Amino acid sequence: MEKRNMNQLFTREIAVQALKDSFIKLNPGVLVKNPVIFIVGIGALMTTVVVFTDILNSHFSNFNFQITLWLWFTVLFANFAEAVAEGRGKAQADSLRKSRTQTKARKLINNKEEIVLANDLRKGDVVICDAGDVIPADGDVIKGIASVDESAITGESAPVIRESGGDRCAVTGGTKVISDTITIQITSEPGFTFLDRMIALVEGAKRQKTPNEIALIILLSGLTIIFLLVVVALPAYFGYSLKASGVSANHNLTLPVLISLLVCLIPTTIGGLLSAIGISGMDRLLRKNVIATSGKAIEAAGDTDVLLLDKTGTITLGNRMATEFIPAEGFTKEQLADAAQLASLADETPEGRSIVVLAKEQFNIRAREMQPMDSVFVPFTAQTSMSGLDFRNPDGQLRSIRKGSSNAIKKFIENNNGFFPKNVEETVTELSRQGATPLVVAENNQVMGVIHLKDIVKGGIKQRFAQLRMMGIRTIMITGDNPQTAAAIAAEAGVDDFLAEAKPEDKLHRIREEQANGHLVGMIGDGTNDAPALAQADVGLAMNTGTQAAREAGNMVDLDSNPTKLIEVVETGKQLLMTRGALTTFSIANDVAKYFAIIPAIATSLYVTASGISPLGVLNIMKLHSPESAILSAVIFNALIIVALIPLALKGVKYRPISANRVLALNIVIYGIGGIIVPFIGIKLIDMLLVSVHMI
Amino acid sequence: MNEAIQLIIFMVLLIVLSPLLGKYMAKVFMGEKHFMKPVFGWLETSIYKVSGLKSEEEMNWKTYLYGVLLFNLFGMVFLFLIQMFQAYLPLNTEKLPNVSWHLSFNTAASFITNTNWQSYSGENTLSYLVQMMGLTVQNFVSAATGISVVLALIRGLTRKTTDALGNFWADMTRSVLYVLLPLSILLTIILVGQGAVQTFSHYVKATTLQGTQQIIPLGPAASQIAIKQLGTNGGGFFNANSAHPFENPTPFSNLLEMFSLIIISAGLVFTFGYYMKSKRQARAIFITMFILFALGLAISLWAEYSHNNVLNVAGSMEGKETRFGVMNSVLWSVTTTVTSNGSVNAMHDSLSPLSGLVAMFNLMLGEIIFGGVGSGLYGIIIFIILTVFIAGLMVGRTPEYLGKKIEAFEMKMAILAVLAPSIVIKLFSAVACSVPAGLAGLNNAGPHGLSEILYAFSSAAGNNGSAFAGLNANTVFYNLMIGFGMLIGRFGIIVPVMAIAGSMAKKKITPVSSGTFRTDNWLFVMLLISVILIVGGLTFFPPLALGPIVEHFLMNLGVTF
Repeated sequence: MEKRNMNQLFTREIAVQALKDSFIKLNPGVLVKNPVIFIVGIGALMTTVVVFTDILNSHFSNFNFQITLWLWFTVLFANFAEAVAEGRGKAQADSLRKSRTQTKARKLINNKEEIVLANDLRKGDVVICDAGDVIPADGDVIKGIASVDESAITGESAPVIRESGGDRCAVTGGTKVISDTITIQITSEPGFTFLDRMIALVEGAKRQKTPNEIALIILLSGLTIIFLLVVVALPAYFGYSLKASGVSANHNLTLPVLISLLVCLIPTTIGGLLSAIGISGMDRLLRKNVIATSGKAIEAAGDTDVLLLDKTGTITLGNRMATEFIPAEGFTKEQLADAAQLASLADETPEGRSIVVLAKEQFNIRAREMQPMDSVFVPFTAQTSMSGLDFRNPDGQLRSIRKGSSNAIKKFIENNNGFFPKNVEETVTELSRQGATPLVVAENNQVMGVIHLKDIVKGGIKQRFAQLRMMGIRTIMITGDNPQTAAAIAAEAGVDDFLAEAKPEDKLHRIREEQANGHLVGMIGDGTNDAPALAQADVGLAMNTGTQAAREAGNMVDLDSNPTKLIEVVETGKQLLMTRGALTTFSIANDVAKYFAIIPAIATSLYVTASGISPLGVLNIMKLHSPESAILSAVIFNALIIVALIPLALKGVKYRPISANRVLALNIVIYGIGGIIVPFIGIKLIDMLLVSVHMI
Repeated sequence: MNEAIQLIIFMVLLIVLSPLLGKYMAKVFMGEKHFMKPVFGWLETSIYKVSGLKSEEEMNWKTYLYGVLLFNLFGMVFLFLIQMFQAYLPLNTEKLPNVSWHLSFNTAASFITNTNWQSYSGENTLSYLVQMMGLTVQNFVSAATGISVVLALIRGLTRKTTDALGNFWADMTRSVLYVLLPLSILLTIILVGQGAVQTFSHYVKATTLQGTQQIIPLGPAASQIAIKQLGTNGGGFFNANSAHPFENPTPFSNLLEMFSLIIISAGLVFTFGYYMKSKRQARAIFITMFILFALGLAISLWAEYSHNNVLNVAGSMEGKETRFGVMNSVLWSVTTTVTSNGSVNAMHDSLSPLSGLVAMFNLMLGEIIFGGVGSGLYGIIIFIILTVFIAGLMVGRTPEYLGKKIEAFEMKMAILAVLAPSIVIKLFSAVACSVPAGLAGLNNAGPHGLSEILYAFSSAAGNNGSAFAGLNANTVFYNLMIGFGMLIGRFGIIVPVMAIAGSMAKKKITPVSSGTFRTDNWLFVMLLISVILIVGGLTFFPPLALGPIVEHFLMNLGVTF
C-alpha cells in the first residue's frame, strides 16, 4: 500500500462511504453489539413513536420532535465514528487487494513446468519465478537467490534479497521478482495467504473484541443499568413530589424527557467511540508498517514491561567488523590473517566477509580455490558457536581451522589435546572489556590469535532506553557474545540487563522465567529458531524478512523488518489503552454538568412557593433559558461531543514517554477535570444558540 | 471549645489506635503469636476438636462462600424460629407474646446481615432469650462473617496463583475469640462502670415525682451494647438506642461507644496493609475514608450550627439528647452512618435537611467510608477496582490492582456488587412511594416523607440499620421489603466479592515498576474519592434533590410540611 499522509484523518470517499454505513449500521442486529448505543437507539425509537402519536392526536410537540432528531443523530454519530475507522482500514485493504490480481504460476511437476492459476496452488507445490514474475503465493525459496520488490506489502521501494536456506527464504504472494530466478515451495493454502490474512485483519472483518474492551463494555453496560434504575425510579419520586407540592399528577415526567435524561447520563461518548478506538489502534500500527494478528496483541504490547532485544541491528549498528589481527605468541600477523581468511572464505556472514576484506587490505591475501584441497566447510551453529574449514594440504596433512568465541575454541583446542595460551586469554579479556568481540582462531590444537571485531552502538539508543525505563519497561539485550563483551555493550547502550552467550533455547527460558515472575514480555525475532520464543512471548514481533515459521509464530509482523520497531509497537499499545481510559473518564465526568442541566429543568415545577419561587431553581447554576432548552442543549451536547471526539479516537491521545504517574496526572487534568468543565460551557453555549435562533 | 477538644480527641484516637489494632488483627489472622493466644487459645483448639474442623485446611472461593452462606442461612432460620415461638421458650420474664412472622423475618434478616434494623422496640417485643441467644450471638457472628469475607478477599488479592483463600470456620472462630470477644468484654466492663445496666431482673416499677407509675425496663444491656458498637451492628437493647441513659450514661461512655463503632473497620484497613506488606497502600485507603468522613462531618456540623429559618435558632437541639449536645450528636450521626453501625444517640429524623442528606448519602455510597466490620473494606475495594479500571487505563496499561490484572470477570462481579444495593435503594423506594402500603407508614408530608422512605431503603441496602424514625416500618409491606433489601444488600455483595477473591488469587502478580498505576499516593486518593462521589454518589442525585435538597431550600425559604 502507499504510505499515507499521517495527518490526514480521512478522505472524502471514506467520509461519504462512512455516512452511508452509519445508516446501514442502524440494523438492530448490528447495533446490539454496542449495548450503550443500542439503548440510545431504543430510546430514539420510543420518542419517534411518541412524535407520531402526537401528530395523530394533532398536538405536535416541537420539543419532542427535536429531541427525537438528536437522539437519532447520537446513534448515527456513533455509527459514523465506527464506519470512518473501518473505512480507513478498508482503504488500506483495497490497496493491498490490488496486488492480489489473479496471477499465473509456473508449477513444477516432475521437473516439468506447467502453467496453472495461482489460486490452484496448494501447500507443498513447487513453482519457478523469473525476473518480472509476480510470486503467486506465500512460500520458501528452496533454490536460488533473487531480488524481490515487496513494495506492494511494505511500501518500501528498495528491493530485498531472498535466498534459499537461512532466515531470508520466505517470500510473500503478490510481491515481484526483479532479478534472477528462484524456485519456491508454497507454504499456504489458497485464501489463507499472508496477504489474504492481512486484508482480513485490516478490514476488521475478523475483528474480535479484545479482553480489555470486553471488560470495559461490561463496565459501561453496568453504568448504563445503574442510570436506567435512576430513570425508571424517577417518575415514582416525581409523582410523590407532585402530590406533595399540590400539582396534578398529569404533570409527571414525559417519556422523551426521561429518555433524554437516560441518554445524557449513560456513557454514550465512550460507548460510541469504543470500537473506533480499537480499529484505529490497528490502523495506527499499520501506518507504522506493523500488522498485528489481533487487537489482543496490541493491548498486550501496552502492558509489556520487559523487552528482549537482539543486540545486533537493534542496539548496535548492523554488523560487527573485523578491525585488527592480534596473533598469539609464535605466530605472525600474516599467518593469523591467512588462517582467518581460510576459515572465513565460505562464511557468508557479514563478520566473515569483513575478515576476508581485512586480510586482503592488510596482507593482500586473495581468495583461493578450495575444491582441490578436498575441503569441508564447518558452518556456524548456535550450539557450537564456531565455524571453520577442514582441508588437506597438498602434502596430505589434515588442517582444521576454526574461528569462534573463546569458550568454543577452548573446548575445541582441549578436545584436540592442545592448550589455550595465557596471553590470548588476556587479549580476549581486554577486548571484551572494551565492548569488542574477540574471535579466536585456532588450527588443530594451536591457538593462532585473536580477531578484533568491533560493535558500534546506535546513536540515540541510550536515550530511548532511558525513556523506556521511565515508562517502567525493562530492556534485556540478547547476544551470543560472552558475558564480558555483553556487559560492556550493555553499559554503553544503557540496557537494564543482558543475556550473554544466548542460544535460541535460552531466549525461551528467559521469557518463561520473566513470565513466571508476572512480567509481560515482548521480543523480536526472525529466524526459524526464534519461533518458539516468539510464540511464547506476549508480544512476538516477527520481521517480514524472517522465515515463514517466525512469521507464523509471532503475533505481529513488521513489514519494514526494523528491530527498533518493537518500541513503537509498545507505544502504540499504550496509546490505545490511554485513549480508551481518557474517553471513559471524560464520558463519566461529563455527567456532573448534565445532572445540573436536567434535574433543575424537570424539577422547577415542584414545591413552588406562594410567592412563585421554585426552590430547586437554585440548582440551575448554568442559568439555562427554560426547562426545554436545558434538556435539548444537554442532548445536543451529548450527540455533538461524539463527533467532536472522533479525531481523538482515531489519532489517539498524545503519547508522552514519561512515568505512569505523570501521564496519569496529565490525563486526569485534561480528560477528568476537563470532562467536568467542558460540558458546562458547551451546554450553556448551545442553550444560548438555541434561544437566539428561536429553536425553542 | 469543649466540643472542639472532644472532636479532636476522637480523631486522634482514631488515627493512633487503628494501625495498632490493625497490626494485632494481622497477627491473629496470619497465625502469628499474639498476646490473646494464651488467654483463648485453649478455647480455639477445643472448638476445633469438638466440631471436628480442620482449621489448617484452606478453602477455594466456592467452598469458602458455601460456608458463609450455610452459616448465615442456619443463623437466619434459628433466629426466625426463636422469635416466632419466644412465648414458649425460657427467659421471657415479661411474658412477651410470639413475634409476628413478618417481623420475625425482618429481624432475622436484619441481624444476620449485620444491619440491626429494628422494626420493633426491643424492650416491648423481645424476650431476654431472643436478645441474648439470638441477637447478641448474631451481633458477634455477623460481624465475624464480615471480617472473614474481607480476609478471603485480602488473601485473594495478596496471594498469587493459588486457589486457597483460608478457612472460613477458622477465620470466624478467630474473629470472635481474639477480636470481638476481648474488646467487648473490655468495653462492657467500662460501660458498666459508667452506669450502663447489666441485669436479668424484672423491669422496675417506679413512682415519679408527679406521683404517676412508670415502668423502667432493665436487662443485660451493657454486654449487648458493647458488641452492637464494636461489630457495627447498631441494634439497641432499648428502643431509644444510645440516647437511652442505661445504654449510654456519660460523656465518656458516649466517646467510647462512638469510638468503638469505627475502630475495627478502621483497623482492618491496616490489617490489609500488613497482608500487602505495604503500609502506604493501607494509608491511602485510610486517608480516602478519613477525608470522606471529615467532609460529611464538616457539612453536617455546618448545617446544624447554622441558623434555622423555621425554628429561628442556630444549633437546634430538636431530637437531640441534652446530655450530649450538638457536636456529639452530629459526630455520632456521621460516624454511625459511615460505618453501617446504625446505632444512634439522637434522632436522625430531626437533623437539619443537610445533615440528614449527609447521613443518607453515607448510606447510599454503600457503607464504604470505614463501613461495616469487614464489609466496609470489601466495599471500598470494589470501588478501588472500579477506579483502577476507569483511570488505570490512562497510564497505558490494562488496569491492575496490587499487580493483579482486572479483567472482564472481575469487572462483571464488581458491577454486580455495585448494582445490588443500587437496585434496593432505587427500585424498592420507588415502589414504596407509589403504593398505598408504602405511603401509609409515613408520619411526615412533603419532601421529608420521601427522605424517610429513601433513608429506610438506603439503610437496609447499606446494612446500616438506623432510621429516620418518622417511618412506621412494622408493617407487612415494610418488613418484607426492607428484609429482602437487607439480604440483597448483604449477600448481593458478598457473593461477587468472594468470586473476585477467587479469581484474583489465581492470577500472577505483575511486579511494580514506574509504568505501574500507583494506588498508594495522593493522586489515587483524589481519584478514588471522585469515583466514589461520581459513580457511587451522583446516581442518587435525582432522589436526593427531591428529598433533602429541596427540603433544605424550602427550609431556607421558611416552608415546612
